Amino acid sequence: MKEVDLSIHQDTPPPRRPRDYAWLNGKLIAGAALLLAVLLFVLLGRLFWDVTLARVASCPLNLPPVGFDAPGPGFEPSQSAHPLGTESSGRDMLALLITGTPNSLLIGIIAAAIGIVVGTMLGMTAGFLGGWVDAVIRICSDAVITIPSLAVLIVISSYVSEIDIKSMGLLLALFAWPGATRVIRAQVLSLRERGYVQMARLSGASTPEILICELLPNLLPFLAATFTASVSGNILAATGLEALGLGPSRVPTLGMTIFYAIRGAAILRGMWWWWGLPILMLMIIFIGLFLIAIGLDELVNPRLRSGGDA
Amino acid sequence: MRGITKGYLIKRLTMLVLTVWLGLTLMFIIPRLAPGDPVAAMVSRLSAQAGRVEQSEQMIQAWQERFGLDAPMYVQYFRYLGNSFRFRLGYSMAYFPTTVEEMVMRAMPWTLGLLTIATLMSFTVGIAIGALIGWRPTPRVVRTLLPVSLCFTSIPPFMLGILLIYVFAFGFRVLPFAGAYARGVSPAFSWAFVSSVIQHGTLPAAAVVLTSMGHWALGMRAMMITNAGEDYMVLAQAKGLRPGRVFWMYGVRNAILPQVTALALSIGVIAGGSIIVEYIFTYPGMGYLLYQGIVNNDYPLIQGVVFVLICGVAVAVFIIDLLYPFIDPRITYERG
Repeated sequence: MKEVDLSIHQDTPPPRRPRDYAWLNGKLIAGAALLLAVLLFVLLGRLFWDVTLARVASCPLNLPPVGFDAPGPGFEPSQSAHPLGTESSGRDMLALLITGTPNSLLIGIIAAAIGIVVGTMLGMTAGFLGGWVDAVIRICSDAVITIPSLAVLIVISSYVSEIDIKSMGLLLALFAWPGATRVIRAQVLSLRERGYVQMARLSGASTPEILICELLPNLLPFLAATFTASVSGNILAATGLEALGLGPSRVPTLGMTIFYAIRGAAILRGMWWWWGLPILMLMIIFIGLFLIAIGLDELVNPRLRSGGDA
Repeated sequence: MRGITKGYLIKRLTMLVLTVWLGLTLMFIIPRLAPGDPVAAMVSRLSAQAGRVEQSEQMIQAWQERFGLDAPMYVQYFRYLGNSFRFRLGYSMAYFPTTVEEMVMRAMPWTLGLLTIATLMSFTVGIAIGALIGWRPTPRVVRTLLPVSLCFTSIPPFMLGILLIYVFAFGFRVLPFAGAYARGVSPAFSWAFVSSVIQHGTLPAAAVVLTSMGHWALGMRAMMITNAGEDYMVLAQAKGLRPGRVFWMYGVRNAILPQVTALALSIGVIAGGSIIVEYIFTYPGMGYLLYQGIVNNDYPLIQGVVFVLICGVAVAVFIIDLLYPFIDPRITYERG
C-alpha cells in the first residue's frame, strides 16, 4: 500500500494547493509584524534606555514630548532627555512604556495559557465522552461565560490589598477557560465522526491516545486562534482592573499609567501624552492580536478568505 | 412557531439560578482563600472608621449580622446566599444610613438605559454592516467602504471613551463629558431634560457601540458567506425569487441565528466594559457606583453592585434565550 502511494506522488508531484500558501495570509503577517515591533521596542528599550526613570520623581514634571508645544501656560518646554515627555509624579513616559508593556503582555499570556490548557482538556473530555460529563461541563462553562467576569474580578481584587503579575494572571484565568472549552468541544464533536478517528478506534487505540494523537493536531489552528483572542481579552480585563487602580502597584503596567492619568485629570489638562501613549501601545497590541486571530480564522475556514466572492 | 416548551423553560431557569449562584459563590470563596484574612481586615478598617461615624455600633452589628462573622463558614455562606436572594444588600459603609439597595436603585435606570440602547444599536448596525459585506451582489464601493466603520473593533471601549472625551469634549467642546444630565436641569419629563440626557449619553454610548459592533459584523459576514454556498440559497436563486427576498428571508434570516447566541454570550463582557466606560465619563450608573465603592473601600456597596450586575446580565441572557425559540423554531425540537 505504502509503495503504491509513493510511486503516485513521484510520478506526478501534487500541484500546490492554495492551502500550502495559506500561512502567507496578509492579516496574519501584518498582525505578527505589529507584535514583533512591540517586542523589539521593549527589548531595544531595555538595552538602550535607562528604565529606572520609570520610578517616581526621577525626572522633571509634566514635560511634553519632543517636537510638541506645551498644551498651556504652566508647562515647561520639552527636553531631549525625555523624548516622550514625563507625567505629574516625575516618571519618564518612554521608560514607563518599556517597563509597563511586557508586564501587561505577561498578565494576558499567563491567563490565556492557563485558560487554554484547562479549556482544551475540558472541551475534549466533554466532546469525546458525551453523556452527563458533557452536560455538566457545558452547563458550567455556559454559566461562567454569562457572569460579567470583570465585575467579579473587581470584587476579588478589591479585597486583596497587594497583587503581583503572576497572581493577577491566575485570577484572570478563573474566567479564561470557558471560551476555549466551547470552541474545542464543538470541534471535537464534528471531528470525532471523521473516518480516521473511527479507524483509530477500530484498531483499538485508547481514548487518551485518540484525543492526543488524532484530535489534538487537528485542533491546533483552532487552539491558536482561541489563544490569540484570549490573550487580547485578558489584557483588556487586566487593563480595566488596573485603570480602576486595582492592579499590581509595585511594578508599572500600562493600565496603571492610565489610572494615574485619569486621577491626575490628564485629559482636561491637555496632557495627551500621559494617557495617549499607553493607549497607543495597547491599541497596537490589540490590533496585532486581532489581525492574527482573524488571519488564523481564515486559515481554518477557507471560505472566509476571498472576501465574499466564494 | 411552536413557542416555548416547559422543558426548555425549566432548563433556562436552572441556568439563570446557576449563573447567579456561581457568581455569588466565587465572590464568597476567593477573597477568603487569599492570604491575610480579608474579613478581619474589613472589620479593622470598619472600627478605624467607627470613631468618625455616628451610629457605628448599629453599623458594625448590621454588618456582622450580614456576614455572621462569628458563625462557622458554611453558616456564613448560607446566610450570605439567603440575604442576597432576598435582595438585602446591607448598609453602605461610606454613606452609612443609606442602604446599598437604595443606592443601586438610584443608579440602575441610567445603566439599564445606556446599555440597552447601546447594545441594541451596536447589534443592529453591526448585523446590517456584516450582512452587506458578506452578500455578493452588494455594490463593490459599499463593500470596500463599510469595513472602514469597523476600525474601532478590538479597541477596549474605555480607551475609545478617553479619546472621545479628548476630541469632542476637550478639543471641540461640542458634547458634555461628565454626568448624565446638565446641572441646571431638574429630572422631569420635559424636552430640556430629555435632550440633556441624550447629549450626555451620546459619548458613552458611542464608546460602547463603536467598539462592539465590529464583532457582530464579522460574525454576520462569516455566516452570510457560509450560507451563500448552501443548497437552499442556490435553489432560491434558481427559482427566480427577487434578490431582496433571497437576501432577507434566506440569507439574513439564517445568518442572524448564531449572532443572537453570540449576543447572549457577550452581554457579560459588554456590561463589564461599560463599568469602566461609566467611570471614565462619571456617568451616574452602576459602574460609577462601583468605582465609588472601590475608592471608599465600601465592601457592601461593591458586593451589592456586582450582585445586581450579575443578576441583570443573567436575566438579560434568560430573556434572549426565551426569545430564541421564536426566531429559530428548531431549537425546541432538540430533546427538552
